[in-house]
Amino acid sequence: MLAVGLAVLGVAAAAGLTLQAFKDNMMFFVSVTEVVAGEYPKDRNFRVGGLVVDGSIERADGSLDVNFMVTDLRCEIPVMYTGVLPDLFREGQGVVAHGRMDAAGTFVADEVLAKHDENYMAPEVAESLAMQHSDGIAMAASGEQLECDVE
Amino acid sequence: MWTWFHKLASPPHFYALADKLIPWLSVPGYLLIAYGVYAGLFIAPEDYQQGDAFRIIYVHVPSAYLSMLAYMIMAIAGGIGLIWRMKLAHAVAASCAPLGASFTFLALATGSIWGRPMWGTWWEWGDPRLTSELILLFLYFGYMALRGAIDDTAKADKASAVLALVGAVNVPIIHFSVEWWSSLHQGPTLIKEGGPAIDPGMLYPLLAMIFGFSLVFGGMLLRRVRTEVLRRESRTRWVKDMMLQSQEG
Repeated sequence: MLAVGLAVLGVAAAAGLTLQAFKDNMMFFVSVTEVVAGEYPKDRNFRVGGLVVDGSIERADGSLDVNFMVTDLRCEIPVMYTGVLPDLFREGQGVVAHGRMDAAGTFVADEVLAKHDENYMAPEVAESLAMQHSDGIAMAASGEQLECDVE
Repeated sequence: MWTWFHKLASPPHFYALADKLIPWLSVPGYLLIAYGVYAGLFIAPEDYQQGDAFRIIYVHVPSAYLSMLAYMIMAIAGGIGLIWRMKLAHAVAASCAPLGASFTFLALATGSIWGRPMWGTWWEWGDPRLTSELILLFLYFGYMALRGAIDDTAKADKASAVLALVGAVNVPIIHFSVEWWSSLHQGPTLIKEGGPAIDPGMLYPLLAMIFGFSLVFGGMLLRRVRTEVLRRESRTRWVKDMMLQSQEG
């Protein structure tokens, strides 16, 4: 019975710690608007999440350096990264970058992760969908819909 | 009314019944998997974003589904064993663990292989779906270790059933993790409002794989339970009689 008691205690403790850890992690990333408003950890690395702005990707010839803008449909920040990007990295795609802000207001990333949504489609279907209604994300990603008014 | 339940709980009866059931699960299961593999690899269209790489879904999703289903069967069987003192239920729970652990490992491994090119990382500790699935693997390991550590079968049954029941809290956490917390892993595709968000040409092979995996798992489980029943009942009359008969025949 002692073993059972210990097992139950162990599992309960593990579950508790896990839930606690997830709670701290609930904001898996900071939004772009929060970064612009200065609400981010200044002294350590953090994650920022958003969409890659259309037409903002600049690659330097002969190196793995890449610069792009990330938006949350309100504000935008520039991101600098050196390395191999995931397959899903593209314009309009949701990405999560890990790194810190430099003095010039550029987010220097040491890791860029791409999120994908729960939709699986054939390419032709996706194309015809995009033709029917150029969706809100693409329009908003060009940065014209909402004002980035940060107090 | 409860005679079927008591009959099912009788080891000799179950042993004979499982023998008849196994081919009825395994054969359609393997046929479904054969169709699913062919249709998934050659007929289903490529994904508009992930191209052909999305096809690992046909192993990843069924494995992940079974990793949780096997745990629920293990916990419920353990509970039935505790409440009604049904030895057969404990045999089912014991047989479930290695299978569930294998599917969990498969789900984690295929997910990792999928995540590296698409997300850009093999593993992400901050992701609740990934972490809770890893905890599921450790729960299976803990369950098997606890069973292995207690020599007395009756005591091992009780202790491990309690562990399985307490650990069952993790299963809904895995399922809802992508809705409760922001995560790298995307939300549910199949079970969502407005129906599955997947091309029908991709969906049917996936459903075939899920049902195929489930049926094959059912066949494997019954086979393992049969062996477990023989081990537990090795000193009884019916096992001896059966062994003698099979030697004569």
